Amino acid sequence: MSAETTHPLRPARPDWLWHLGVAGFILLWVLIYRQLSPLAETLTALLPIDRHSHTGEAVAFFLYDVPKVMMLLMLIVFAMGVVRSFFSPEKTRAVLSGKREGVGNIFAAGLGILTPFCSCSAVPLFIGFVSAGVPLGVTFSFLIAAPMVNEVALVLLFGLVGWQVAMTYLAFGLAIAIVAGFVIGKLNLEGWLQDWVRDIHAGTAILPEDEGLSLVARYRLGIEAVREIFSKVWIWILLGIGMGALIHGYVPEDLMVRIMGAEAWWSVPAAVVMGIPMYTNAAGVIPIVEALLGKGAALGTVLAFMMSVIALSLPEMIILRQVLTLRLIAVFIGVVASGILAVGFLFNLLF
Amino acid sequence: MKTVTVYGPGCKRCETTEAMVKEAAAKLGLDIAVEKVSDPKSIAMAGVMSTPGISVDGKLVHTGGLPDATKLEAWLQG
Repeated sequence: MSAETTHPLRPARPDWLWHLGVAGFILLWVLIYRQLSPLAETLTALLPIDRHSHTGEAVAFFLYDVPKVMMLLMLIVFAMGVVRSFFSPEKTRAVLSGKREGVGNIFAAGLGILTPFCSCSAVPLFIGFVSAGVPLGVTFSFLIAAPMVNEVALVLLFGLVGWQVAMTYLAFGLAIAIVAGFVIGKLNLEGWLQDWVRDIHAGTAILPEDEGLSLVARYRLGIEAVREIFSKVWIWILLGIGMGALIHGYVPEDLMVRIMGAEAWWSVPAAVVMGIPMYTNAAGVIPIVEALLGKGAALGTVLAFMMSVIALSLPEMIILRQVLTLRLIAVFIGVVASGILAVGFLFNLLF
Repeated sequence: MKTVTVYGPGCKRCETTEAMVKEAAAKLGLDIAVEKVSDPKSIAMAGVMSTPGISVDGKLVHTGGLPDATKLEAWLQG
């Protein structure tokens, strides 16, 4: 950057102050996080309700989970924002365009987590990949993994259900993205793209190198990510945890076991079908997931529901309709839904 | 007069980017034409894979996320 313009209104903070600030923030975060449980109990005790009543249970759950989830989310989204600043769709495309199917699918699913991606630019990204010679199936692996395995889902699972379930979700989310993309690739459906997509050659403009991004600039990107995610999901977290609190306090256990327990085999496909038209992000669905699990719903059924809600969303299909024919969208939904079904059944069998 | 193109399908960040470009031009006293491209096909043709993207006189200078205010001024002046 040759032209260093100085802002008289906002003098640049020195780098060391930024590093100190980030370190101080993390320290403060740990200190507060460890005090959350006693804090929630104290607050609940202040209210004129019986701690062991339904209302008391629900309130304590709400007061503990909301700050816990918000804090976890803030830290992890910031960290991921910094990590993602090292990746870009352009670099990912360069990595993938030379890859064969198989290895390519694995890379694509992994990079789907790390590459900054917004579903609003799914179409230009899709065209950019396909016209640069990234195989269709590999492109799909990316497009499945990017929304499904995201840090918001993982943080919420970790914070509300436990690290084992979070890791399981990560592993199976990746597996579905890899296998579904591989299967779609094997079906040779390139002819099912919209006509204009096959003919166009997307530009491959070369941007000025961004490698020299300073650590402080990356912090800023992390902060921007936190601001953006929070403005989008805070209402869903409150609603979701509120709903979870109600289920936690009020819904009778045997009812849930009967509807969503491992015995009811049909509950897995029902969960997947129900999940498709539901449009919410990970934040909205996971607190419900936690409460359902706590009340005896089977893990496989709940995970299938969650994956279906996040990975097969109607709005995304409508966006992709611009580049894919209906037949190809149907195959896409079919393959991914089968993968989710398999995971659901497998889990109900294993656990 | 420079022509600045903002590529974006109409998400919030794209609108913010367009506003930032206009604001920066006004601040620098530059007379520029701002063009908005929201058709996904045209966005892809321009080589933009993550929106918003910005090009100045047909040359792509930025893609993905909000631009840095300081850099934005440099592109408009450069």
